Amino acid sequence: MINMVIDGRQVQAQTGWTVLETARQHGIHIPTLCYHEAVEPSGACRLCVVEIGDETWSKVVISCMYPVAEGLNVKTDSPRVRNVRRWILEMLLAECPASPELRALAAEYGVKTTRFESHNPEEQCILCGLCVRVCREVVGVSAISTVGRGVHKKIGSPYEVAADACVACGSCVTVCPTGAMSARLDAIRGAGAGRVAEKGGK
Amino acid sequence: MPVATTEAASAARLNSPQDLASLRDSILAQRDPNQQEVIVCYGTGCLASGAQQVEAALKKSLAKAGIDAKVRPLIKTTGCRGFCSRGPLVVIQPQGLFYQKVSAADADEIVDSTLVNGQVVERLLYKDLQTGEAIAREEDIPFYKLQHRVVLGRIGTIDPTDINDTIAAGGYQALAKALYQMTPEQVVSEVERSGLRGRGGAGFPTGRKWKSALAAIKKKGYPAYVVVNGDEGDPGAFMDCMVMEGDPHAVLEGLILGAYALGAHQGYMYVRAEYPVAIKHLTIAMDQARALGLLGKNILGSGFDFDVQINRGAGAFVCGESTALFTSIEGRAGEPKPKYVRSVEEGLWGRPTVLNNVESWANIAQIIEKGGEWYASLGVPHSTGTKVFSLVGKVNNVGLVEVPMGTPLVHIIEDIGGGVPGGEPFKAVQTGGPSGGCLPYDMRDVAVDFDSLTKAGSMMGSGGMIVMDKRDCVVDVARYFLRFLEEESCGKCVPCRLGLTRMREILDGFSRGVGSEKDIEDLVSLAQAVQDGALCALGGSAPNPVLTTLKYFKDEYLAHINEKRCPAGVCKDLITYGIDADKCTGCMTCARQCPQNAITGEKKKPHVINQELCIRCGICMESCKFGAVNVA
Ligand SMILES: Cc1cc2nc3c(=O)[nH]c(=O)nc-3n(C[C@H](O)[C@H](O)[C@H](O)COP(=O)(O)O)c2cc1C
Ligand code: SF4
Ligand code: SF4
Ligand code: FES
Ligand code: FES
Repeated sequence: MINMVIDGRQVQAQTGWTVLETARQHGIHIPTLCYHEAVEPSGACRLCVVEIGDETWSKVVISCMYPVAEGLNVKTDSPRVRNVRRWILEMLLAECPASPELRALAAEYGVKTTRFESHNPEEQCILCGLCVRVCREVVGVSAISTVGRGVHKKIGSPYEVAADACVACGSCVTVCPTGAMSARLDAIRGAGAGRVAEKGGK
Repeated sequence: MPVATTEAASAARLNSPQDLASLRDSILAQRDPNQQEVIVCYGTGCLASGAQQVEAALKKSLAKAGIDAKVRPLIKTTGCRGFCSRGPLVVIQPQGLFYQKVSAADADEIVDSTLVNGQVVERLLYKDLQTGEAIAREEDIPFYKLQHRVVLGRIGTIDPTDINDTIAAGGYQALAKALYQMTPEQVVSEVERSGLRGRGGAGFPTGRKWKSALAAIKKKGYPAYVVVNGDEGDPGAFMDCMVMEGDPHAVLEGLILGAYALGAHQGYMYVRAEYPVAIKHLTIAMDQARALGLLGKNILGSGFDFDVQINRGAGAFVCGESTALFTSIEGRAGEPKPKYVRSVEEGLWGRPTVLNNVESWANIAQIIEKGGEWYASLGVPHSTGTKVFSLVGKVNNVGLVEVPMGTPLVHIIEDIGGGVPGGEPFKAVQTGGPSGGCLPYDMRDVAVDFDSLTKAGSMMGSGGMIVMDKRDCVVDVARYFLRFLEEESCGKCVPCRLGLTRMREILDGFSRGVGSEKDIEDLVSLAQAVQDGALCALGGSAPNPVLTTLKYFKDEYLAHINEKRCPAGVCKDLITYGIDADKCTGCMTCARQCPQNAITGEKKKPHVINQELCIRCGICMESCKFGAVNVA
């Protein structure tokens, strides 16, 4: 059993847990986008940041991957944490203006507008990669992958051809936190897509 | 093992330190220390400026001069001497004569005057920047005299493709010493005692890294991997390239020593694909070392086995980051992973792995040979030893320099680098590459060591130094580095993938005179979010240039947004070119050069620029011999 502190509260954790798992266990809410119990964490969205340390030394880490340790002192709502979250949400709002899920999440954290111009009003995908991971790790077919790199990165089927590998299970649509997957499935699966969207979409 | 010729020696395996010593003796015995040697720099810079033609011409002239075979000077090609801006370079030994900007046409004169008649060719000598006096010997030139070369010590004296040259210069002595007189733990302790900190950027103490690797190996029971990071990707940086090309055995010997210390049997050298010569020289070095039994099975007869493989970098800057480098070696796309488990415990293929930079590895053999204490006596207490810097930008002596840690910035830029062309003080210097910071002239006395640079808001990084003068705009500089990192971002995490672009867009606005003080506030706050939030150090350090230029040059930012003015005369939307009627002689040069035909005027009468047509390319200003074109 590991003893640690989250937001001033003394809490206990099991060896091997992450800070996020511990917080959830104790009813402390930390927002996440790219985390899902079903797949390996990837640390892409950075929304789940927390601050660890004390007055003399502290650093910002992601709770979904940071392992618990005896005596760890975690703040889930410090000024540094709020600043990271604010800018991530503001940037994602501009990136994916078409996602109601994202707008709701941002509003929950006080981000209602964004200073940034949107490049594509139809966009909903935040590139969290959950669909890719669930397809590879859970479904086991790897019909989807990211294509391109850096600022040109996109979600597509491998090499951007319609993927015959897709078994139309709808897992990607289910894990997608923004509703983007139901919209883009047509492009990936072609004919089968409608079926999937009906089955898994909302 | 008495050997008759070096050729025969190369073929025979060395099975003990005595074998190595006798090979060295036999190589030295065949050398006459007074024999003339013509050294042609074959570094990338000199090759680009014509070293090959110079070498060919020298060979021809020598043959023509019919110098007796016995006393015929030897032509040797070496790695980069660091003073590439003066290339092609030719050095004549044993006198140490330094000929710069040599062309093939100079070959006959060099042979006749210097080699045959022992005279110096005055016109090829370096002239002192202040006094204009010619300096004959390399070691008397301030650029070299003021350096302290440890890592670069052998470069320029040895032929990197001939292991005998390295062995003659003392190569592999440290390896023999470690294998036969030291335990692996003693090797680790020696490195720890040296105080060496990683030269790849983060400055992590190498000895401590090795020690925790030893602990992890014990815990997990796996052998470790040792890896060389030769991915050098900072724009303008070429120190690791120079080391791998010019002294590949220093890197290799360091790596074998590390492998022995950590009980590793397999190593990797991850080398940037754009460095074909480095890859070639490392490959030759490995082949020659293997043939001599210095690499492979049963090294030097000690029973220790270790081998190395070269991996070509995938061509992305981010692949130099440790976790991305490992995934790239494993054959997957090089993307960083959060490393809350350290790579000394779980690195390559999940095994304990020690990754060090080229320059870090290249220091190891000398530390083992001369002792950690010797190394720690160089430099300053928390940054020991020397560091290689690549000095570029608005500085007279562009090149690679090595100085003890803690050397004042101004000493490097003005005394070694010869200051800004034209003699005015420098405006700023960017240290640490695109992830580093920009320090103003006021900070010129800062000691160049890990902690002092960090305290000043910049960082050591891998050792890039870009000198700027009053014609460099800090907003433009910050934009340039951000744009570089934006292109290099792997795109995995949100703060970096989106944040760098958004920061750059704000700066784009400033460069057009669009922006407010609120935008500056937002920029700083966003920069801090990116620093705190990014997954790896590419994104985490990307805001540094923006934050340091804002810290030290805020007025210049304000001039852009409040006065719509770029004081350095760089941001195209905020400047106008004009012609000073008093200075203009009406020579018409600018009018002919202007790509827009925006300049008109009669011969011998002052010219004028039509602002409607002008695209602010600045060609007129460069072309005017009378300094009549100005920018405001
Ligand atoms: C984006 C990025 C690029 C890097 N590129 C290099 C590189 O080209 N060469 C290098 O030695 N280290 C590079 N590093 C640092 C490495 O991650 C690592 O710290 C270093 O190789 C460790 O060796 P050292 O302790 O000897 O410095 C880079 C780091 C980051 C974040
Ligand atoms: S489609 Fe959905 S799950 Fe896939 S990367 Fe985009 S937001 Fe994430
Ligand atoms: S900080 Fe940039 S380079 Fe590093 S993981 Fe995130 S997106 Fe990739
Ligand atoms: S939820 Fe932790 S990084 Fe996305
Ligand atoms: S290449 Fe000759 S001095 Fe650098």
